[in-house]
Amino acid sequence: MPTKDFIRQRFFPHLWCAGCGHGVIMASLIRAIEALNLPKNNVVIVSGIGCSSRMPGYLDFHTLHTLHGRALAFATGIKMGRPELTVIVPMGDGDASAIGGNHLIHAARRNIDVTALVLNNSIYGMTGGQNSPTTPLDARSTTTPRGNIDPAFDLVELAKGAGASFVARSTAFHTKELEQMLEKAISHRGFSFVEAMSGCPTYFGRRNKLGSGVDLMRMFRERTVPIGSEKKKTDPSLIERGIFVDRARPSYTDQYRYITQSACEEH
Amino acid sequence: MSGTLRFIQGNEAVVEGALYAGLGFYAGYPITPSTEIAELLAERLPKRGGTYIQMEDEIASLCSIIGASLTGRKVMTATSGPGFSLMQEAIGYAVMAEVPCVVVNVQRSGPSTGLPTAVAQGDVMQARWGTHGDHAIIALTASNLQDVFSMTIEAFNMAETYRTPVILLLDEVVGHMREKVVIPGEGIPVVERLVTSVPEGIDYHPYLAREDGRLPMSDFGGVHRYNVTGLVHDMWGFPSNDPTVAYNLLRHLVDKIEKRSHEIVRCQEHQLDDADILLISYGSSARSALHMVEKGRDSGIRIGLLELNTLWPFPYEIVRRAAEKTELVLVVEMNMGQIYQEVKKAVRTDRVYLVNRFDGVFISHTDIEKVLNVVMGRGV
Ligand code: SF4
Repeated sequence: MPTKDFIRQRFFPHLWCAGCGHGVIMASLIRAIEALNLPKNNVVIVSGIGCSSRMPGYLDFHTLHTLHGRALAFATGIKMGRPELTVIVPMGDGDASAIGGNHLIHAARRNIDVTALVLNNSIYGMTGGQNSPTTPLDARSTTTPRGNIDPAFDLVELAKGAGASFVARSTAFHTKELEQMLEKAISHRGFSFVEAMSGCPTYFGRRNKLGSGVDLMRMFRERTVPIGSEKKKTDPSLIERGIFVDRARPSYTDQYRYITQSACEEH
Repeated sequence: MSGTLRFIQGNEAVVEGALYAGLGFYAGYPITPSTEIAELLAERLPKRGGTYIQMEDEIASLCSIIGASLTGRKVMTATSGPGFSLMQEAIGYAVMAEVPCVVVNVQRSGPSTGLPTAVAQGDVMQARWGTHGDHAIIALTASNLQDVFSMTIEAFNMAETYRTPVILLLDEVVGHMREKVVIPGEGIPVVERLVTSVPEGIDYHPYLAREDGRLPMSDFGGVHRYNVTGLVHDMWGFPSNDPTVAYNLLRHLVDKIEKRSHEIVRCQEHQLDDADILLISYGSSARSALHMVEKGRDSGIRIGLLELNTLWPFPYEIVRRAAEKTELVLVVEMNMGQIYQEVKKAVRTDRVYLVNRFDGVFISHTDIEKVLNVVMGRGV
């Protein structure tokens, strides 16, 4: 099926700025779902609030655009309500790790079988460029005019620490790699966490004089390396891409099925 | 009514009512004095193939039941004061996205942590206006456990009928007291979800109301793929900034409840026919009001009680008509006059008095008697 068959063309044009990384990431997600041959009626996309969270509206699946930070809580209800559905949760960095941080760590701890995709552009784009928990130290935003003094979260470490059983990172530039990672993440039984580094030229790029969307893409190519790369040893500031965790752990959904079975057998 | 006779707690009567109505999914977070509802459902829901989940907070609890409702389950959460405050944003979401759900608030004293184990009815206005923006809401209550059981079923029925969150506003005394309840085997009507008859392949409009105002649903995972959002949206559920779309949506959300208040309002009249003195009360306060009516009648006072089971939409017309025939109106409640203010809007007379307590102590018939003596000119 061509990509356009997964899109609600009725609702185009989309609202993303020229040069925004989100559309490219959405295309990787579509190709991953296509490669897995998932019937459209079995896929639910749940998002929070923000630029990236507008993604569900454009996709021809069951789509739920929820409250800022709460996407994983809604997704938990959908997955537990109907466990046979594939539930994918695109979120922004502030959405997932600031206001939604509590839901993120508990979804990971439970190992509920949903896929969290964090489109991390290190800024609040929708509200006009304020710093988020992933804005690097010293970076400029509308609310850090003299440079950011909040240390940033490493989302991969956060997800690992909270117990996610699949953790990966790629970027909007590495579309093929991201697509393959998402395929694995969606197939994984348990909580999957994928960080997709995305570019916001409009706010993060402009405030920090990093150039256009293309320049941000170049940055993703030059400033990231595959896990275990030699380059990282000489330049620790490089960011690693790849699959950090992929382990089998009973998913919450499966565990609950056992609870139901044993409860029914009590009579 | 045939059925099983049980001697149970108010919170258990909620559980019985919810299971009778077909509850399939419960999410919650422990909080006094509602916790027994979660404990009992953790035990009983899995036995019927239902789902119980303890979430990380009350925000997540309400969000997850909204998600589960969209998959076709009947859903509920239960909480108290502080937890109810945390739920307000998601209540607004359920209003806007028109997702059926039941939210139980077993009220305790506030504000803030207040008196966690003491009774109060201070969340009446929060139930009405707790979430931001113009909207309508349904809030039900009960004073005895047979009514707690049946109003819980009503809460589910109204949530399905009007595609809206329904708040079951109980209080600590009703939640924790024990009383006999008949759990009928059958006979109480249960409203099932109205599912669309639009076949696969035909454009389904999830937010296009039928002539009767109802919106047939399609489950997530079904043949119709559509968008659900808390933004102002068009008939496909897609965000819109069009002022006409916004106007029509808000009108619909309010009218579907306010214009049907005659279907939603539940009240009970106790000895009102010849009453000169009208008591208006609800929840556990109505127990003491009823006690006062019985005592008053014994000593020859023509006194009656209008007990409200629907608080929102407020039954202005019923209150006005009941008050017309009486000399004095006394509103009995455990807050600083939240329903009293509504009664004053309905009754254009200065003969409306408030009998209340807000110190965590259950209001008694002697509290009512004292005020009655004063307003009747009998002294304290
Ligand atoms: S503001 Fe930034 S994140 Fe939002 S659409 Fe524009 S470029 Fe993308």
